[in-house]
Amino acid sequence: MRLIMNRVFIVFSTFAALVGLIFLGWILFTLFSKGLQGLSFDVFTKDLIEGGLRNVIVGQIMMSGIATLIGIPVGILAGIYLQEYGANSRSTEFLRDLSDVMMSAPSIVVGTFVYAIIVVPTGHTSGWAGVLALFILMVPIIVRTTDDMLNLVPIELREAGIAIGASKYHVTMNIVVRYAKAGILTGILLAFARVVGETAPLIYTSGSSEFWSTDLTGTFPSLTVSIYNLATMPDDQMVQLGWTGAFLLTTMVLIINLLGRYASNKKRSK
Amino acid sequence: MELFFRKIAQLSASLVFVILAATTIVLYLSAKPAIEEFGVKFLFESRWGEEEKVELSPTELSDLESLEADKGAPINDDFIEDDDDFIMDDEDFITDDDMEFGDNKSRVVYGALVPIVGTVFSTLIAMLFSVPIAMGIAVFLSEIAPGALAKPVGIAIELLASIPSIIYGMWGLFYFGPFIAGLFGGNTVSLLVAGLVLGIMVIPFMAALSRDAITTVPDMLKESAYAMGATKLEVIKDVVFPYARSGIIGSIILSFGRALGETMAVAFVIGGVYQFAGKVTDPTNSIPVVLANSFAESSGLSLSVLFYLALILFVLSFIVIASAKVYFLRKK
Repeated sequence: MRLIMNRVFIVFSTFAALVGLIFLGWILFTLFSKGLQGLSFDVFTKDLIEGGLRNVIVGQIMMSGIATLIGIPVGILAGIYLQEYGANSRSTEFLRDLSDVMMSAPSIVVGTFVYAIIVVPTGHTSGWAGVLALFILMVPIIVRTTDDMLNLVPIELREAGIAIGASKYHVTMNIVVRYAKAGILTGILLAFARVVGETAPLIYTSGSSEFWSTDLTGTFPSLTVSIYNLATMPDDQMVQLGWTGAFLLTTMVLIINLLGRYASNKKRSK
Repeated sequence: MELFFRKIAQLSASLVFVILAATTIVLYLSAKPAIEEFGVKFLFESRWGEEEKVELSPTELSDLESLEADKGAPINDDFIEDDDDFIMDDEDFITDDDMEFGDNKSRVVYGALVPIVGTVFSTLIAMLFSVPIAMGIAVFLSEIAPGALAKPVGIAIELLASIPSIIYGMWGLFYFGPFIAGLFGGNTVSLLVAGLVLGIMVIPFMAALSRDAITTVPDMLKESAYAMGATKLEVIKDVVFPYARSGIIGSIILSFGRALGETMAVAFVIGGVYQFAGKVTDPTNSIPVVLANSFAESSGLSLSVLFYLALILFVLSFIVIASAKVYFLRKK
């Protein structure tokens, strides 16, 4: 009886795993087959208004990129503070918990917040509002990974640095952060991958534009919001363009993730 | 330099707190008109954007002295109606004529009950569907599959967890919705489809986290149990699960929080109508979807109502995540 139950259990979990993997495989399959169908050179050279995706891809990368550029120093400094200066006081623990809460806060709520503080006063959607929303989403991720990575740095390294008379700043920047560099880089890449695929916080902060724009003070083109708009249109060609966009977005996210993994693997083998 | 660096770092760290506090305050302030207008009743009110006759309170009367008030029309209190006949009744509407004559006051009523119920039920369906499958995957990867298979599949699962949610929504709209409708009948956009798409979306996330929790179980514990002649099922049930329990429950709660606040995966497939789903195959609405769809065309009170909804969602997810944290912490 025990052995039969054991068999049943093994078959069940293998089956559950299979069901899950089949659905996920199905998603990837449709994504690739539909996405590749519409892939052509025009997609990258024409703007949305002419049936391409150039402006929205550039817009999405610009907003995520700028959010990352601002988010990196802030996030890393905050992580350093939590680990190196805050020690284990109650306020540090509190900030850690808050970062975790922020990390899992619904992204649409962040969108409503930015809408209230930027879009309502200025009266229109803008690229900067989108950047701010993405920045808010990514900072906690960078904070927590930096914090975790610095936690792995052996205390002896810090002691050695202090023993030869280096200031805390030098020890932190030149020894601790350098040691944890690969891990922090992974955190940044993962944070970037996470925000680059965000749609909900952009819908009414950056809006979506069909035209080429590099002016962040105005409504800004966004790939994800465009995918949402295209996919819900009755025109088959538009839907096809949406699938192509979805395919490109997923490819981008997966590549960044793989890069992140590669960075952390390299560190481990060192 | 030393002091400067320390100050900057401290400032950055407090930014997290500032953002969180600012979000709460701004949402509350923006929602205030709606909170004052509808109060807690908002949570149990199922109508959305309907006009109703209103009996003005004395304070409101003094605010609107120039206008006449009709005290004969009581507030319509029977707001929890039968699921099926909720669709806007034309009789409830006040015609434009009434308003022009000014002998009837009317206001537009908003209530969060439909999206709240939709959010809760779609999340519950997602959990019912995803928990067994994700646990199956986690156990399969860590205990059953041979190493050569477990590693690539494990990486694939982690990568799948990073796919943007909009992709799941789009796939749900074009492929999964019709598939479910073919299987169970009903609409291609429905509460059921939304729940299942959400479930599929959180499976990789939950499976990866649970597997991580399971792999922290020391081999020695498992080996001792095997040495006693325990079967795999017994080892997993009596050794692995109890040991990794807090990690596994934590992963479920985090996935729950993620499904609760998810917008894009649901926006495509839930239908977006202010109507209870009488059957699971009927379309309905959820809080994030209401937010995503109606922000652009709202202003004044209708906008404030959306902020009220956002605040409710924020508080809900805060509670979920905080409970996950407490659970993790208790173990430590």
